[in-house]
Parts: sequence; C-alpha cells; structure tokens
Amino acid sequence: MYQEYLVPAKDFSIAGVASSNFKRLLKQLNVPPKLIKRIMVAVFEAEINVIAHSYGGKILCEISEDTITVQVIDTGPGIADLDLAMTEGWSTASEEIQELGYGAGMGLPNIKKNCDRLSINTKSGEHTHITMGFDLKEEQ
Amino acid sequence: MRAMKLKDIITCVDGTLIIGESHLEDDIERGFASDLMSDVLTILEDNILLITGLSNNQAIRTAEMSDIKNILLVRNKKPSQSMIDMAKELNISLSFTSYSLFKASALLYEKGLKPVY
Repeated sequence: MYQEYLVPAKDFSIAGVASSNFKRLLKQLNVPPKLIKRIMVAVFEAEINVIAHSYGGKILCEISEDTITVQVIDTGPGIADLDLAMTEGWSTASEEIQELGYGAGMGLPNIKKNCDRLSINTKSGEHTHITMGFDLKEEQ
Repeated sequence: MRAMKLKDIITCVDGTLIIGESHLEDDIERGFASDLMSDVLTILEDNILLITGLSNNQAIRTAEMSDIKNILLVRNKKPSQSMIDMAKELNISLSFTSYSLFKASALLYEKGLKPVY
C-alpha cells in the first residue's frame, strides 16, 4: 500500500495534518499502537521540519507486510552541517517556530530514536531526503 | 502504580473542564509539564497529563501524536474555539486553571501524580 501527503512550506495552520491523516490510516490497518506512536512522533517531527525549514515537500508512505517505510522529501535548501543538526539542542529555528512550541533542536535526534532505520541525504543548497524504516513484526 | 482520576486532578487545581467529559474517570499516572512541544514529543510513556501554558493548536496536535488524552492549560490560558474543535474531533480532554505551571504541578505532585522522569 502506498500513500502520499503534500507538506506546504511555512504554513503552520495545517502543521500536522499530513501526520494526522497517516495516523488514521495506520489505525485502520490495525498497526500495533506502540509502533504507531513511534512512527507518528518521527513522521510528525519530520513534517514540522519540512514546514519550518524547507521550501515545501512531501511524505511518501509505503506499507508492506513486514515494514513501513516513510520518505520525507523536501525541495531545499538542504542541511549545511548534518552532524550539527543531529546534535540535541542545536537548532536554526526562527522565533516564530519557537513560539509555537517547536525548534528546540530535538527533531532529528528524536526521529533517529524512534526509527528502526534512518538515512538522510542532504547537501547545502539542495533538497533533503529522509528515509525512515519501521519493522512491523517485532512489535506484534 | 497509583493513579489520579482526571476529575480529581481538575478539583485539585481549581480547574475547569472545557471539553472531554468522557475522560473524567481516566486514570492518569504521570504528569509532564512543558511549554515546549519538542520535549513533549520525546515522551513515550502512556497515561500522561500534559500540563502546559502553550495555548495553541500545536499543543493539541502534539498530544495527538504522543497519544496524550488529557491536557491541562495553566496561567488562565483559555483555548480558542479552533483548539476546542480540534480536541473534540481527536477525543482529547481540555481543562484550564488560573494557577501557574509551577503551582499546578506542585499540587498534583503532592497528591501523588508521578513525574515522567
């Protein structure tokens, strides 16, 4: 099963709508609740990152018998220093984002914590492509 | 683990339930007090009360993603209609108190609500 959600840039009024729709789908598919929670925290963090930092992007979800793979692909401008971005507490978030309760520099580290597999392809000036893998079998 | 009912939590902080009557008998084991939703998203425990002064839709959305069913707004932050509608749709209870984050947390801790860490 394949599902795609668009994530517009800078529009916090609909922040989390894509994640919320994906969560509804996972519940309908009877994915174990603890796994849903891990997936949703990771996907929601990624969605917030796309809205806060990128020119917009999309979330691609693929659900198979054994795994759930979520790709989050934005249209730029990329992450200049990925090692720094993976450091807890390091953030380039604006004041506006922080007023909404985000931008504490926990996003990428928290995504990593909740995934079974994570790969991030990014380069300054280019797009960022995050692939998160979750194993279904272990949670059942 | 000893738990508190939502109805007792609301009484303890002289609070008011805005929406979510069906949650009044919920057993809540732990409280997490933060205005920072980034920190809330790091909590994986269940049966948590989110105590926050952040009165915007993102508090509701973060609770949804973290499977938090009960939110207590502090510092007399009354929610917008948009927040109430979202909480209703997602089956999340929303209450508020005029107490500060510190006072509300202290009173609930004294009554036996546990911290997450």
